[in-house]
Amino acid sequence: MNANKAAGRVVPTLYIIFLLLPIYWLVNMSFKTTNEILGSFTLYPQEFTLDNYITIFTDPTWYMGYVNSIAYVTLNTAISVAVALPAAYAFSRYRFIGDKHLFFWLLTNRMAPPAVFALPFFQLYSAVGLFDTHIAVALAHTLFNIPLAVWILEGFMSGVPRELDETAYVDGHGFWSFFLKIFVPTIAAGIGVAAFFCFMFSWVELLLAKTLTAVDAKPIAATMTKTASSSGYELGLLAAAGTLTIIPGAFVIYFVRNYIAKGFALGRV
Amino acid sequence: MALTLKGVTKRVGNAVHIHPTDLTFETGSFNILLGSTLAGKTTLMQLMAGLERPLEGEVWFDGKNVTGMPVQKRNVSMVYQQFINYPNMTVFENIASPLRVARAPEVTIRERVCTMAELLRLTPMLDRLPGALSGGQQQRTAIARALVKDADLVLLDEPLANLDFKLREELRDELPRLFADRNCIVVYATTEPTEALLFGGNTATLFEGSVTQFGPTRQIYRKPNSLLSAEVFSDPPINVMACEKKGDHFEDADGARWTAKGTAAGLSDGPYTLAIRPHFVTPAATGADPVPVSGRVLVTELSGSESIIHFARGGQTWVSQSHGIHAFEVGSEAHLHADFSQALYFAPDGSFAAAGATQS
Repeated sequence: MNANKAAGRVVPTLYIIFLLLPIYWLVNMSFKTTNEILGSFTLYPQEFTLDNYITIFTDPTWYMGYVNSIAYVTLNTAISVAVALPAAYAFSRYRFIGDKHLFFWLLTNRMAPPAVFALPFFQLYSAVGLFDTHIAVALAHTLFNIPLAVWILEGFMSGVPRELDETAYVDGHGFWSFFLKIFVPTIAAGIGVAAFFCFMFSWVELLLAKTLTAVDAKPIAATMTKTASSSGYELGLLAAAGTLTIIPGAFVIYFVRNYIAKGFALGRV
Repeated sequence: MALTLKGVTKRVGNAVHIHPTDLTFETGSFNILLGSTLAGKTTLMQLMAGLERPLEGEVWFDGKNVTGMPVQKRNVSMVYQQFINYPNMTVFENIASPLRVARAPEVTIRERVCTMAELLRLTPMLDRLPGALSGGQQQRTAIARALVKDADLVLLDEPLANLDFKLREELRDELPRLFADRNCIVVYATTEPTEALLFGGNTATLFEGSVTQFGPTRQIYRKPNSLLSAEVFSDPPINVMACEKKGDHFEDADGARWTAKGTAAGLSDGPYTLAIRPHFVTPAATGADPVPVSGRVLVTELSGSESIIHFARGGQTWVSQSHGIHAFEVGSEAHLHADFSQALYFAPDGSFAAAGATQS
């Protein structure tokens, strides 16, 4: 009994240590100087330094990477959710010819690797003058995020009884009044989950973001790879940049953690 | 004012949901749509409300053809079986919703919502969200929203079906009181014949998308125009048996005979279907014309105050419903009595033919 209990604690503890170790190491490195990282094996910073972070927050080539990333990620999330809302409503409330096929086809868009689309997007955006803009990356990412958002939102919307729509109409609401004042707040959790996944995908996607930008809209991940090659191994700086990249994701996931469980229950996440 | 359906139909794909239907409900009346699940009660209500457009036929209200008029422009309200409230709004805002849409002045809204809340005992819950209420309170909120505007047509689609027994009884008592001094048409859908009888008013019996009969509730119960109406309006299911009239008596396939009495005596010879309600089939010989019936006991349900015994009789399942506890061994032969003075006779095409002595 006691042995069981002990095992019940030891196993998850080991698992969590295993999961957190790389993150700890990253944070650990970010407070070290490059010399310490390369010179010795230390479990915690011997010469604690904030220089790495100071560099990032003062050098525009660094912090603009974050600004660019956040700009196109936000744009993308807004566009994806705004477009997916009416689409998901149509899929959940109406029957039309080929609706199920169309719904499935939307998802198959996610099956192609982003690399496939890198070249056509690059060529197209160069031709129409969208290259190296935030909107270019945001639009490219919608190709993957809209199907995902439609899929998630449809699940949440189908969980709302159709009678709610009818009750609103009976009360005198028109369609848009019902949709914006009643329906959208009702599925707020679903919108949160959909927005989270759009955010997450767009935030970690590197290939398209790198291909479609050069200077003005260069994402943070691209900045990191370039810095590494230009001035030797500035490992401390890279670790600090990496740590800062994790923070927005952790921040967003904190707000939607309860809703995501609901999304899992619906089988849509 | 009256709501009139003129030959309305509804089909979805090839499935017929509503066969051509004519119905007229007068203002101030309480009307019940009685039928089993999928009989078309909800569809018929959606057609009345204007949530659905009939495929054929017209809907008239107050002397005007309102077919195709969107539901927002009609003054209707509706309560569903599921407790439908706006989950993101407080109870107060939920009830106020129709008034807000109609842009009523704030003072009026406050006053009327508070009156409704008082009437439905929701006053302490006004600031809560519907999710924090019990099922009964949620449904009362939905009812309050339906009543807060003076709708001409109030549609109640099995509003008590999802409530537990005690709450159902409570609300069932309250409902007629709520509508007593209102000048509107109430349409109440239910699957339970008992509920229809408790409410009184008028009843339309529905079977597979057709109205089989419409009229005062008790009259329909007493004198169904067809076997179908009788079957719809009976819970537990009405007992039926084939029989044949031969001169002054009836005879069934097993050779049992009984004298034709009441209007049944005047029927011409030939095959008929006899139907008798379960509470006229009892262990003891009661009533004016008890006839022995027997069969193998299939199921017994003893609730304490009454016993329901299902038994096989001539290839049919019969049900006996009687007061007190009558224990029968499942599988044994039960000897019961049916008061055939209460029997209904139907012609082979299902139409009403005659009633036993007491019924006529």
